[in-house]
Amino acid sequence: MSGYYTSADHFALLPALMLVLFGSAILLLEFLMPKGPARTRWLVGFTLLGLASAAIALLRQHQALSAPGSRIVAFSGSFTIDSFSLYFDWLFLAAAAIVTLISYRYLEIEGEHRAEYYGLILLACSGMFFLASGADLITMFLGLELMALSFYVLVGFLKRERRSNEAAIKYFLLGSFSSSLLAYGFSLLYGLSGSTNLEEIRRAIFTRGSLDAITALAMATILAGVLFKVSAAPFHMWAPDAYAGAPTAVTAYLSVASQAASFALLLRLFNGPLSPLDQEWRPLVAGVAVATLVIGNFAALTQENVKRLIAYSSVSHAGYLLLGLVAGNTTGLRGIAVYLAIYMFANLGVLMVLIAIRTRTSGMLEEDLSDLNGLGARHPLYAAAMLVFLLSLAGIPPTGGFLGKYYIFLSLLETGHAVLAVIAALYVAVSLYYYFRIVRGMYMTQGEPGPLASSIGMNVAVAISGVATLLLGLFPEPFLRFAAGALVR
Amino acid sequence: MPAGYLPFFLFLVLAILFPLATLIVAKLIRPSAPLPVKREAYECGIPAASTSRGRYAVRFYIIAILFVIFDVETVFLFPWAVHYKALGWFGVAEVAVFLAILVVGYLWAYKKGALEWV
Amino acid sequence: MHPVTLYHYVALSAILLVIGVFGVLTRRNLVVILMSIEIILNAVNINLVTFSRHYQHVTGQVFAIFIIAVAVAEAAVGLGILIALFRNQETVQADEVNLLKW
Repeated sequence: MSGYYTSADHFALLPALMLVLFGSAILLLEFLMPKGPARTRWLVGFTLLGLASAAIALLRQHQALSAPGSRIVAFSGSFTIDSFSLYFDWLFLAAAAIVTLISYRYLEIEGEHRAEYYGLILLACSGMFFLASGADLITMFLGLELMALSFYVLVGFLKRERRSNEAAIKYFLLGSFSSSLLAYGFSLLYGLSGSTNLEEIRRAIFTRGSLDAITALAMATILAGVLFKVSAAPFHMWAPDAYAGAPTAVTAYLSVASQAASFALLLRLFNGPLSPLDQEWRPLVAGVAVATLVIGNFAALTQENVKRLIAYSSVSHAGYLLLGLVAGNTTGLRGIAVYLAIYMFANLGVLMVLIAIRTRTSGMLEEDLSDLNGLGARHPLYAAAMLVFLLSLAGIPPTGGFLGKYYIFLSLLETGHAVLAVIAALYVAVSLYYYFRIVRGMYMTQGEPGPLASSIGMNVAVAISGVATLLLGLFPEPFLRFAAGALVR
Repeated sequence: MPAGYLPFFLFLVLAILFPLATLIVAKLIRPSAPLPVKREAYECGIPAASTSRGRYAVRFYIIAILFVIFDVETVFLFPWAVHYKALGWFGVAEVAVFLAILVVGYLWAYKKGALEWV
Repeated sequence: MHPVTLYHYVALSAILLVIGVFGVLTRRNLVVILMSIEIILNAVNINLVTFSRHYQHVTGQVFAIFIIAVAVAEAAVGLGILIALFRNQETVQADEVNLLKW
């Protein structure tokens, strides 16, 4: 009975399968090793091994899909490997690997070094793979939940810290609320079309033509659910609390990988089954995008906690990304892909510098803006890296961040949304103010004297992110070709 | 109102009226003897140690969570059981994989001491 | 006289959706909010099973089984987080969870 699980199915599933395998095995590995520093190094090594084996499987898929526009359809059409899913899968793997590297030091400081943390990182990553490859409502919902459930636990991982508990409960309640709304929308889509396959749903909605009550309710619940996930206004309330209370390494993972996966879901849904309704949702999404820009940028101006500031800046980045969906042409979609990758390295970079300067002895638990004071003198390399990351987040030319914003603005102009482009450009100016507050603190304020201790894993991660951010800005050609292939459908 | 549902609604009305009537009749004919001991929580006849609204130990919640998880996972075994013959060895293999994942979870919970009563 | 049709079931699930959303938005007890979310997921299940019967294929029922499993996983994780919160803070009221700005 090999008809149920063909070799094509296996080939398509292998990267996610590897992650699940290693994620489960690492839970048992913990019991085989005696407690001590050797075990923690084994756990990190085993996690990286899992990510590497997923990367090898992914590389083989990459080679199999070298022809443009080709795809592998597996599990009777519920799982697709195409250039879109490959692009996102590479992003997720890179994020998971960097987060693993920076977690070691963080968990050491917190004294919470346990196997479950790494298991959950791997499982969340496999959930994201299912989100990027899903071609069926059931697959996508399960992928989303696998990711979200892992993140609920990761956010609350410092279970003796009240702030971590609170962040977890808030993220959990709002996250599962949005998941349930999304599930309700999915059930209505199934009712409208009689199928859970995204392509068949698209055809059913297309032939249905007009917007009736059920279609409208389905669209509204799905829109609300997805906008929650990408932390767009007015559904962004969970983001600042979850980001600020979570362990900083998890904040990094949440703000880039979960965000990218949610955008993969958004693109799959709104360019797939809901594309016949684009006349209805485009103005709504445009309104939400502008509101997100306004709230994210203005709320970030007054924050004193770096993680909250980064949270609001992430909200504003979600606004730019949504504008790419509003434009909806090839440039806009490519812009989203480019933007997500560049944003990933820059945001990971900012948060890993925060981890690098964190020490238990100095009692630095709140991550205030003032903690960064004088970093330029204390550790010039970290300060320089931080400067690069912030420039990229703001979108200043030599760095990659400029490229992402350039494509988004270009797509808006191409599709005749000049007003939106002007508004978005104005808010870039607002964002400069709060990013430069951090820079001013680093270089123009006296901080605690004395150099910082640094670790090898941390330096490697900072170097990778810094170089990636600069290279993407200076030599974008190969990367752009890769991203361009990502959105052929 | 759908016609076929008349008996159902009659039953509904009856189900609401019967306990109400019983309570009212009982109230009318029973002797009234309010004693404080009557208001205590029932604990097998011995004097009550605490109120019935007291807190439970967290242990109960953890056992309940574990029970619910492993209980609901069996829901995936039913479709296989129904189509056991048609699925053949593939079905057996698939269920074995599914159970293996559950066993990993079980082993983890066991090793963490979640099943011990402290 | 009308028999019970598809629309009655969909209306029932829509009512459950509204009850659930109302509960999430207005209640202050974290456990009750969790229960409201479960009500929404039950509304989803009613929809799925109804449509599954309507189209005479099992996809919807399979989806419903997965939703049940996911709902249980969510409840388990949620209660776990609540227990951790309660151990540190002795409350399950949303407005007393206020260390971070809500």
